[in-house]
Amino acid sequence: MTLEIITPDRKVFSGEATAVTFPGSEGQFQVLNDHAPLVSTLARGPVTIQTASGQQTFTVDGGVVEVLRNKVLVLAEAVVS
Amino acid sequence: MASLKEVRNRITSVNSTQQITKAMKMVAAAKLRRAQDNIIQMRPYARKLSEMLSTVAAGAELAGDSPYNQVRSVERVLLIVVTSDRGLCGAFNTNVVKAAMTRINEAYSDQARRGQVEILAIGKKGAEAFARRGFKVNTTFVETFTKLSFNTVRAAAEEVMTAFAKGQFDVVEIVYNEFKNVATQIIRAEQMLPIVSAPVDPTVKASNVNYIFEPSEEEIIAELIPKTLKIQLYKAVLESNASEHGARMTAMDKATENAGDLLRELKLVYNRTRQAAITKEILEIVGGAEALAN
Repeated sequence: MTLEIITPDRKVFSGEATAVTFPGSEGQFQVLNDHAPLVSTLARGPVTIQTASGQQTFTVDGGVVEVLRNKVLVLAEAVVS
Repeated sequence: MASLKEVRNRITSVNSTQQITKAMKMVAAAKLRRAQDNIIQMRPYARKLSEMLSTVAAGAELAGDSPYNQVRSVERVLLIVVTSDRGLCGAFNTNVVKAAMTRINEAYSDQARRGQVEILAIGKKGAEAFARRGFKVNTTFVETFTKLSFNTVRAAAEEVMTAFAKGQFDVVEIVYNEFKNVATQIIRAEQMLPIVSAPVDPTVKASNVNYIFEPSEEEIIAELIPKTLKIQLYKAVLESNASEHGARMTAMDKATENAGDLLRELKLVYNRTRQAAITKEILEIVGGAEALAN
């Protein structure tokens, strides 16, 4: 699936990912390939991305995530990597 | 006629002024490009945000009791005026300040007379102008442009939003320059709070996919609305920033051109004076030689 993390200032991440873990406002959750359509708000916390080449973590300061047809989009107001 | 030395000094000074204006124009052009990049960076975020909002709103009532759409009788007014930190950009700042004054006089003259119009100045020039006019000026975010990023604007937006939610202000408006092109700025005055209409863009089609919403749709909307407000302010600040550099570029281009005209005229005067001096000298020599010959 493709993942994009964007903030108003820049595009933080854009690329393929195999699994992504989010700090949902109702608790942590993971999105894998072919996940059902989802919209969720995020709390402050780490977003962990599993890619073919390894693992990457960004800390988002709240935001929203949308999952639709293997496209994951994260809108965060601020990201500290 | 001015002496040769005076004209020469004048030419040197105009020349160096021209160099400065030319350099300033080039700097403004570079900064303008960066400012436009910032706007382009912000666009996908803003678009996705409004898409998401319409997706979520399609299935739910738009937050009916959000703290940000409470319409109250207008007692206290906050005007966010976005200007620049520096001058030398033509009528850029004057225009915003004038537009803000017109807005106050037209819509909020009663509140202004009671001293209940407050100005939140973003940019030093606006802060100075309104302080001179005797308004209460909040200068917490004056320095926004020294290090322009979403974070600073976000802090400003959050402060305004809490103040509105607490009832410190009954209406919040933003006055800024919108960037149309390098030579043209359009003055905008838009209401930020209370939210006028649903911030859903009708051109964005909501998809009819069955989403899982977590937590509920209402809570997501409540989360999204402040974000759109912050983006609204951020957009105004970015537009104003691009406009400022555009205005400065045009002003400096004009100044360079004027300096060029002035230089041409001065050179003409200089050459004429020089020739007159030479002629005079020759006449004197010839006169002297003739006096000797006789």
